[in-house]
Parts: sequence; structure tokens; C-alpha cells
Amino acid sequence: MSAFLDIDGLTKRHAGRAALDGVSLAVAQGQLVALVGPSGSGKTTLLKSINRLVEPDEGTIRIGGADVREAPVAELRHGIGYVIQSIGLFPHMNVAENINIVPRLIGSDEDRAAELLDLVALPAEVAGRYPRALSGGQQQRVGVARALAARPRLMLMDEPFGALDPVTRDALGRAYRELHERLGLTTLMVTHDVAEALLLADRVVMLIGGRIRADGTPAELAASTDAEVKAMIDVPRRQAERLAAL
Amino acid sequence: MNELIPLAQSHLLLSGCAVAIGVLAGLPLAIASARSARLRAPVLGLAGLVQTVPALALLALFYPALLILGRATGLAIPALGFLPALIALSLYALLPILRNAVAALEGVDAGVIEAADGLGMTARQRLILVELPLGAPVILAGIRTASVWTIGAATLATTVGQPSLGNLIFSGLQTENWARVLTGCAAAAALALAVDGLLGLIERGLALRSRRRWIAGLAGIAVALAASLVPMPRAGGGETLVIGAKNFSEQYILASVIERRLQAAGYRTERRDNLGSTVAYQALAAGDIDVYVDYSGTLWANILQRTDVPPPERMRAELERRLPVRVIGPLGFENAYALAMRRGRAQALGIATLDDLARAAPRLTLGADLEFLSRPEWRAVRSRYRLDFAGQRSFSPTFMYRAVTDGSADVITAFSSDGRIAALDLVVLADPRRALPSYDALLLAAPGTDRRAIEALAPLVGAIPVERMRQANLMVDRDADKRTPEEAARWLDPDQSRGPAVQRH
Repeated sequence: MSAFLDIDGLTKRHAGRAALDGVSLAVAQGQLVALVGPSGSGKTTLLKSINRLVEPDEGTIRIGGADVREAPVAELRHGIGYVIQSIGLFPHMNVAENINIVPRLIGSDEDRAAELLDLVALPAEVAGRYPRALSGGQQQRVGVARALAARPRLMLMDEPFGALDPVTRDALGRAYRELHERLGLTTLMVTHDVAEALLLADRVVMLIGGRIRADGTPAELAASTDAEVKAMIDVPRRQAERLAAL
Repeated sequence: MNELIPLAQSHLLLSGCAVAIGVLAGLPLAIASARSARLRAPVLGLAGLVQTVPALALLALFYPALLILGRATGLAIPALGFLPALIALSLYALLPILRNAVAALEGVDAGVIEAADGLGMTARQRLILVELPLGAPVILAGIRTASVWTIGAATLATTVGQPSLGNLIFSGLQTENWARVLTGCAAAAALALAVDGLLGLIERGLALRSRRRWIAGLAGIAVALAASLVPMPRAGGGETLVIGAKNFSEQYILASVIERRLQAAGYRTERRDNLGSTVAYQALAAGDIDVYVDYSGTLWANILQRTDVPPPERMRAELERRLPVRVIGPLGFENAYALAMRRGRAQALGIATLDDLARAAPRLTLGADLEFLSRPEWRAVRSRYRLDFAGQRSFSPTFMYRAVTDGSADVITAFSSDGRIAALDLVVLADPRRALPSYDALLLAAPGTDRRAIEALAPLVGAIPVERMRQANLMVDRDADKRTPEEAARWLDPDQSRGPAVQRH
């Protein structure tokens, strides 16, 4: 099976330092891949290279066989769902207007607000409210609904649940996992929370210093003998043991 | 005050156009500056620099600038009136609009911008759908500030010959008509407050997303601007002639006399009051005004740059020959610079002539008008009589007369046609060495002025003796039973429809 998302030899330098150093990654359709690693390891740069918010210095990225540089950048982004930690709902638009923004950019007047609100488990009456009237968790559910409005096949998520309280975070993570499967999405999710990555993803890719250090199923990573990988995975594991011993 | 409405209209129209240009130029500049750090510093710096130039000077500078531009390009660019005032005020309005718009665009939350980009908005879509709507309240606050400043500064447009509420303020100051000054100030303040209120309504409407509010505000602004365009009924049909006046009572009165004569002859008239001395002449030569009264000695010294003092007739003949404007003729009186003292003080010190004054001068203080000390006449008098005063102070004419009565000046540079000389019991010191030239009041017209207009004004030549002019001036300048310049003009030239009604002496 040829990869749906094919990243080859990606290099990006910031002021002489390599943020990405020859990263290659092939993602099959339907996979949920978590990108983990310490701060500055290049995981966000890798994610943003895919929808061209960052232009790499070297390497190619193909989605469904087509180079991302072929089509106009706006068109590329219309086809990719994008969810970020700061959510970025438009404060002057109500929830329905926020959700329908990408269809509107494409020139469609389709109103998917009700359907998508249902999909992200929000009541329909939220549609007429403004973002400031919603809780953080509700806002990010709208953020996910907005990203899904143009029926993308690929979702890019940058610390999507990072600003939420632990309970909301856990609930939203599991809800998204379900959506991912139901809609047959392919998802790349950056997170600094290794436990979240191991529990949600099909596959975990660990970046350190702009290179892929480990790449495998959560079980494979948990069994890794690499000292640095082990160090990162041991943190949540030891926390879990200490919690269990309470 | 029936001139209040048209002055307020022209004030509002000027301010409205200036702010509109400020917005049309400022917003694109702000958008470009918010995108490019390299552009931002010079653009904001330049706008800030303009703001440090006093508004009065900024307005005054555009007069010569446009004159030079007109000459260089051979185009008929009006250097006086609406255009220079509009350019200066637009530049003035630019800074608050620019600064707020840049701050508004840069202040949009970074997460919102990242989301807009990530969802696939083009730069243009992001601007229109996200940045401008979110920045609107701050942008509008800048437009509000600019509007209030501009409406205030527009009172200064009067000095470049653009009618505004400043006409009331400036002429009121000169004739000590404080009710007029207050009316002008209050009207300008009321306009500023009203416009600020309407823009505030739009701002709140946008912030609260209340369509009713911002549409009401916008409608209010539109109605105000439309009202400023409603033409006021004017006397007569015919061609419009522009009458200039400098900034003192005699000039206002004479401009009114000319205005009445021209209107009786079927012309429409406009006034350009409070022009600076050389500005008035340059404006006439350039055809920006059609007619005004100037004084032979002033033209001699300032325009022809002469320092010799020929007899009055020779000076007049030479002015007629050398000046490129039409000299219709002398009005019949002189308004000379004359050094004057209080009678009692002059007698006590034994001073009757400038020679006597020279001996006492080291113990005396000279009070001059704002121009005199920098004029060639002063250099001539000082060197001819070796005058050396203990102190010299400058006043606006009104306050100069106050100074000699309250003793803060011993000698003043009075004007010989001024009614206050007699009213305050001043004596004019004789000039035996003929250092001061004559200052015959000359009626001047722009080159190419209509013959019929000149014929309508010709009866004024030789028709105003100095006693009548003094009395008319006093009517306006005195404190009790004060008259307006228009009333004094009616007294001076009562019925122009039946030929030369002015008494000949």
C-alpha cells in the first residue's frame, strides 16, 4: 500500500540551526499519528510544513500522490483540517459562522453547523452564540467542527487539547479518536503529553533535535531500549505507578 | 449672526473632506505598514513629524508651496482657499488614523491570525473577514480623534483665505468683539462634539454588533455632510468676485464697502479675510483674489523692496508702472505708520518730533504691532533718527493701544487713520527727516479684472477722507456702542446705488 501522506528528506534551518534535519515519514490512510518530543525538537515545524505555514528548505511532501507545492496554497489548506492549541475562533463571528467559514471561502453556502455540532457533541442552540460565551472545552469542540466543515481527509492538530483542564482534555481526546475512526480521517497530532500520545494514537513518532528518534506503535515505543526514548516514556509510567500505590 | 450658518457649512465641508482623505490615504498606508516593518518606521515617523509642525504654520506653508508648484507646472493651481487648507488638514488628520489602524491590525490575536491562515484564507480574505472587522473599533477611535483635531484646526483655515468658523474668531479678536470670538469657539466646539458623538455611536455599534446603532451614526454623519453642501441663497446672479482683507478693522470695513458696491453692480462676492500682508498681495497677483485695499508705502517697501522715500505722487506713479496688478486708484486717505504718545506724557517730556524722541528714547519703551519691527520702515526710522529705546515690545494692534494707555509702552507705532488716536488723546510725532514713506490707501484689482467691476468701484477713488475713515474705524474699535464692520461700511458708503454717495471734502 502506497502511503497517503509521504514526507521525504525534509530539512528546515532557522538561523543556521536545523529545526528539521532530513525527516522522512510515510503515513497510511486512516492512521492517527502522534508527534512527540521535547520542546524545540521540530514537531510543530514538521506539522506546519504539511499545510505550508512553514516552507521547508529541502525535501518534498506528497498528499495522495500530489506534491503540496503544486496547487495554490489556499486551495491546499481548504482540503486540510487544522486545529491549534489557541483554538483561534473568530470572536466577531458566532459559532455557526465560524463553522461555515471554510465552505464560505470555497464559495459554498452549505450550512453544516447543526450536523457538525451534533458530531462534536454540542447542543444545537450553541450555533447562535459567540465564542466568548463558551467554555474552553466547548470552544475547542467548535474548533474541531470548523476544521471538519470542508470534509478534509487529513487533519493536522497542534497541541489541540493542551490548554484544557485534565478532565475535559481526556474526554475531548477520546471523542476525537472516535470521530477519527467514524469519518475515516488521517490525523497527525502534535502533543507534548506522552501519555496522551500512547493512549490515543495508532503510531507514535518521537522527534529529538530535528530527527526521528523512534517510530512505532505505542507498545513498541513502550518497550524501547533507547535511553532518551525510555526517559520520556518512563515519566508517565512512574506517575501511574505512584498513583496506583496511593 | 447670519454668517454663522454658511461659515459652519464651509467649516464642516472642509473638515469632512480632510478626514475623508485622511482615511482614504491612511488606511491603505496602515495596512501596508502593518505588513512590512521596513515601511512602518518611516511612515509613522513622517506622519509624526507633520504633527509637530504647528497647524498654523503648516497651513501657511502650503500657500507658497502651491504658488511655486503652479508657476513651475504652468497649471492654474489655486494657492489660496480650499486647496491649501484641505492638504494641510488632511496631513494633520493622517497621524491618528494611521497610528490607530496600525495598532488595530497588529493587535489582532496571533491565534486568530494562525487559524485564518491555516483555514486557507488569502491575505485579502484575512484582511476583510478578520483583521478589519476585529480592528474596526480601534480604527474608528483613530478617526474620531482625527475628526475632533481637524474640526479644531480648521478654524485656522481662515488665515489662508478659506472661510471657516475661524473667521468669527479672528475678526472678533481684531475688533475686540468677544461675543463674536465666543460664538466662533462655541460653534466649532459644538460641531466637534456632535461629530464625535456620531462617530462614537458607530464605534459602539460595531463593538456591540448593533446594526441599528452604527447605521444611525453613519446616517447622522451623512446628513451633516449633506447639510454642509446645501447652497445658501446669495444676492444676485452674475460672476463671483473674491474680495481680500488683511487682519484689522479698517480692512474689514473697506472690504465690506467694496462688497456692497460689487453686489449693487450685480456681482456675487466672496470674502477672504485675515490675510497676511504679503499673502494678500501675492494672492491678488496670482488671481486668487480679485480686489483688495493695500497701502503705497507697504507695497513700496515689501514688494518693490525699496528703502528710499519719494514724495507720495511719485511713489504712486512708480507703483502703478512697476506692479503687475491693476491700481484702480487712491481712496483719498492715508494709513501711515506714525509714532504716537499720550498727549500729557509727550508734553511733560517736551517731545513733539522724532528728533525730540531720539533724545528721550533711552528711557522709553516702544510698543509696536507684530510686523513693524521686522519691516524696512523701522530700519529707516531707527537709522535716520538714531533711535535707541530702553525696550521694545510687540502687540497685536488692539493690545498695542491698550499698552500705551496703561503705560506698559511709552511710544507706539500707531496708524494715522486709526480713530483711537483721537479717542485716546494721543499725539502723532512729526517726521521732519521724512523717514516714513506715505501710505496712501490704494484700491487694487487683479490683472484682467472685468472692466465693469472696475467701473463699479471707480467712484470710491478719492471719496474717503481720513476723518471719515477714522470715525468708521472708531465705530468698530471702541468699547461702547460698538458696531460691526458691515455697519461701519454702510455708514461710510451709505447708498451706492445712486452713484458716488460718499461725501467729498
